[in-house]
Amino acid sequence: MKHEIVEKNVGLLAVLILVVISFGGLAEVVPLFFQKQTTEPVEGLEPLSALELEGRDIYRREGCVGCHSQMVRPFRAETERYGHYNVAGEQVYEHNFLWGSKRTGPDLARVGGRYSDDWHRAHLYNPRDVVPESIMPAYPWLFENTLDGDATPRKMRTLRQLGVPYTDEDIANATADVRGTQEITALVAYLQQLGTVLEGTR
Amino acid sequence: MNNLWGDSLSGFWSAWIIIITLGTIALSVWILLANRRTDKTPDAEGNVETTGHAADGIEEYDNPLPQWWFKLFILTVVFALGYLVLYPGLGNYAGVLGWSQEGQWEEEVAQAEERFTPIFAQYQEVPIPELAEDNEAMQVAERIFQNNCAVCHGSNAQGGYGFPNLTDDDWLYGGEPDNIVQTLTNGRNGLMPSWQQLGQNNIENLTQYVLSLSDEAHDEAQAEQGESTFTAVCAACHGPSGTGNTALGAPNLTDNTWLYLAPGQEVGDSIRQTLRNGRNGHMPAQAAYIGEERVHLVAAYVYSLRLAD
Repeated sequence: MKHEIVEKNVGLLAVLILVVISFGGLAEVVPLFFQKQTTEPVEGLEPLSALELEGRDIYRREGCVGCHSQMVRPFRAETERYGHYNVAGEQVYEHNFLWGSKRTGPDLARVGGRYSDDWHRAHLYNPRDVVPESIMPAYPWLFENTLDGDATPRKMRTLRQLGVPYTDEDIANATADVRGTQEITALVAYLQQLGTVLEGTR
Repeated sequence: MNNLWGDSLSGFWSAWIIIITLGTIALSVWILLANRRTDKTPDAEGNVETTGHAADGIEEYDNPLPQWWFKLFILTVVFALGYLVLYPGLGNYAGVLGWSQEGQWEEEVAQAEERFTPIFAQYQEVPIPELAEDNEAMQVAERIFQNNCAVCHGSNAQGGYGFPNLTDDDWLYGGEPDNIVQTLTNGRNGLMPSWQQLGQNNIENLTQYVLSLSDEAHDEAQAEQGESTFTAVCAACHGPSGTGNTALGAPNLTDNTWLYLAPGQEVGDSIRQTLRNGRNGHMPAQAAYIGEERVHLVAAYVYSLRLAD
């Protein structure tokens, strides 16, 4: 093929560029869609409860992911501090992933059960009350806002379309499960289950 | 540990990756070689013809690829092929070096264990009161404390609102070495139920009585009335004289140490709040996080805090 043909036909050029740059994705990403390791949940993995799901949305709304990763990498320095490295099977119900890419605060992938509920509440109300050195912002409004749960069933239905196995019963009870609950309670419920599925991971 | 990195790829996807990877390299080499030379040759004076492209009067010489650039490209191809031989990159082919992410991690962990296990084993032999006086051991233990315990108990171990001070002489669950090891290993769950059902009057009387136990300012008459309720309701856990019970983690109410006294709060208000709403103190079990040897060491550190002054 002559250079000239490619260079003088923008449409053809665009198609050929797409072909070339898709090679990387085709080789590195596409096979993962068909690999059990990435598509099958680890044993015992349950979808988030309605309350935890709302907590997760608060986590996203408040931008926690901007400062906290949820990705323990397979290095001893990390597994020593945070626990076992992440595995793909733990994350199959995650839409979208909240792995993050920056640690201003610590990784939270396995924070579940590390601290008491009371600690989380005190810490989120004002981090300085429990960790004087902390630079984390305070989130006092989480104690004032309550959930109405109107959108919870819709969220769960959407997730079900993406492959999260919510039952009709889960969805039917969702609004009642969260209505009137403080946002802080939902967020703490979400945090307390993070990384707790895999056994023996500390 | 289970095989968390998962199964190998199916034959099809393995071949898919190999073909795309090697095909891309082959394609790059072909494009490189095909464009290496130009069919136009310089004339006697070294001038080269142009490609015929012209944009705003700027023309493009039809020179061959520079040698340095060409060789650099060949070098990257050689590097890529060498890498694919040594490391896993081609589908299920594991690479000559047998390197894997998991393997590297396991090696790091094994190296660390080889180095640190004897040290911790040696500390494990020493009884806690003795270990607490070993400066070197306490430096190690302090690091573990700062990484795992300070988040709640504070970097000075003096606790805070709802989180026990470890430097005083007041122990919810006992301050003997065994108690501390037990607390660290299995965690603690302190549950004070809500006594809202006793009614406003009884709660007020009880509050005054509890205040009287530690000689805080209180209303004599109300405290007297509260005493019988205390004996009937509270004494089961806090003891008839209110000195607490370390087996249950029921606090001593006579020592004027208040776990749930918020900064600036009146003692009476804190007691009323506790009586109305109950309290739920939870210390997560640490053995699963730091292991038995480090629990021993941290227990010695906590034990050593009393020696500081």
